[in-house]
Amino acid sequence: MSVHWLPRRVLTLMGTFVGIITLIFVLLRLIPGGPFDGERALPPEVEANLRSAYHLDEPLPAQYLRYLGRLVHGDLGPSFRQKDFSVNELVGAGLPVSLGVGGAALCLALLLGITAGTGAAMKPGSLLDTTLMALSGLGLAVPAIVLAPLAVLVFAVLLHWLPAGGIGSPRHYVLPAFAAALPYAAAVARLWRGAVLETLTEPHLLTARAKGVGRVRLYLRHVFPLAAVPLVSWLGPMAAGLLTGTVVVEQVFDLPGIGRYFVQAAINRDYTLVMGVAIVYAALILSFNFLTDLVYGWLDPRLKVHA
Amino acid sequence: MSHRPAPRALSPLAIVLSALLLLLVTYVVAGPWLVDFGPEDVDWDALESPPDARHWFGTDLVGRDLFTRIAHGGRLSLTIALTATLISVLIGVPYGAIAGYLGGRLDQVMMRFVDTLYSLPFVLVVILLVMVVGRNTYVLFAALGAVYWLDIARIVRGQALRVRHAAFVEAARAMGATTPWIVWRHVVPNVSGPALVYATLTVPGIILAESFLSFLGLGVQEPQASWGVLVADGAGNLESAPWTLLIPGTFLSVTVWSLNLLGDRLRDALDVRAR
Repeated sequence: MSVHWLPRRVLTLMGTFVGIITLIFVLLRLIPGGPFDGERALPPEVEANLRSAYHLDEPLPAQYLRYLGRLVHGDLGPSFRQKDFSVNELVGAGLPVSLGVGGAALCLALLLGITAGTGAAMKPGSLLDTTLMALSGLGLAVPAIVLAPLAVLVFAVLLHWLPAGGIGSPRHYVLPAFAAALPYAAAVARLWRGAVLETLTEPHLLTARAKGVGRVRLYLRHVFPLAAVPLVSWLGPMAAGLLTGTVVVEQVFDLPGIGRYFVQAAINRDYTLVMGVAIVYAALILSFNFLTDLVYGWLDPRLKVHA
Repeated sequence: MSHRPAPRALSPLAIVLSALLLLLVTYVVAGPWLVDFGPEDVDWDALESPPDARHWFGTDLVGRDLFTRIAHGGRLSLTIALTATLISVLIGVPYGAIAGYLGGRLDQVMMRFVDTLYSLPFVLVVILLVMVVGRNTYVLFAALGAVYWLDIARIVRGQALRVRHAAFVEAARAMGATTPWIVWRHVVPNVSGPALVYATLTVPGIILAESFLSFLGLGVQEPQASWGVLVADGAGNLESAPWTLLIPGTFLSVTVWSLNLLGDRLRDALDVRAR
């Protein structure tokens, strides 16, 4: 596989990343009111000391460079609100939980979606197809904020099958992962069904059939790789959506992930924590997109030219 | 356009969906007049009461009537969704029309920007925006609209590419029309149909995004309550009062479901393609 486009892509990626960091930094400094505005006004001397301790009295460009310099060393700075914690510590504690839920949800969405989509595409217009597509329509309409509490009600409160929240065992991840995954499983099912049906009309499939390729091999070897192209190109936006879904799920199931910190920090105006989590999110999404680009180029070599 | 077969008569499903939506809008607009309770009124004799003859949808933890609260919440959710959609159209249509009509390098840069934004987690961007400008319903309109114009811009650009070299555009150019004039008078009117279809699909997306933000406490603020706020309230006491989750959740889901389906139908009927 030729990789001559790789350096350029990596460069664009880094550029985008720095752009996003700059944007977030500028946005958050535009906020009226400082992070230490509380219920009671602080004595001016104390506030001046606080500001200088966090280098907020420096000019903006200096603050920006200081932040970038720290970032290069992987330091996201101190949390403005949770005094004894650095953003690194908070993110470090939350990230594994969020990645666990998000990763499980991603796999579930793909697994369920591809299975349902293949089933529906086998016989378009059949009862199975109609049922599956109606279900996926439902899956797209019931948002995570309804689905997640509903799952708690049914499986934890009424049936006592699974824990209602918290972490500890893999069982704790079942409901959150399903609740986050279902809307995307529905979307994957629709996309996959359409892609498989479109691929089936391609001339090379007629050739394959004429050569006597068996049904299983036909799908595995000739249909799926081609049908995967639109799916892979949709994986980036889907990962972004799943990330948002995990934020809700972390809230409902009381999971100590970075989504919870993000929301809490946004409500408390904890600048550095919001920035840190936003940057971690951006890094996750960008690297995921980069990976899908690689897979994309591998699936459809024609596309490398444009990369 | 003339060679295309005449559009099919409205399918039964489309009629059912439209009727359902009409019913929903009627309830949301007229519902509060049907009951004697205001959205903030507390009925001390019926705290956390399940649906009955007095409170048709039951009451919440502090005895507020859900029938009227859901109607009021629906007004808010739908208003936000429609306003934000309008904003997204106002941004997306000119953006796409300019990129598609001018083409070339500018088009590439503009669309690259859209692609980059497309893969960012939308709602998190809105959270940042809301945090910057403060929690306020009007900001929410603007922030959601400012984030949801990408699809529309893409569609409009595709359509604009098509009319770019159409005879009437060439003619206008030959007559000395300026670029802004051509974009405004010749390109935009020709892309408005597909833009409208995608606007229909943007509405449920924004309803979902708004409910999500309000659920997290970052959107609509007390004493106002959108559907997202009501669902959040319901999720908080689902063990003792499951109806406070189920009823608003059903309204939210049914609305999104019917709008999604209607938008899909419209797209298929008008044969608008995303790519």
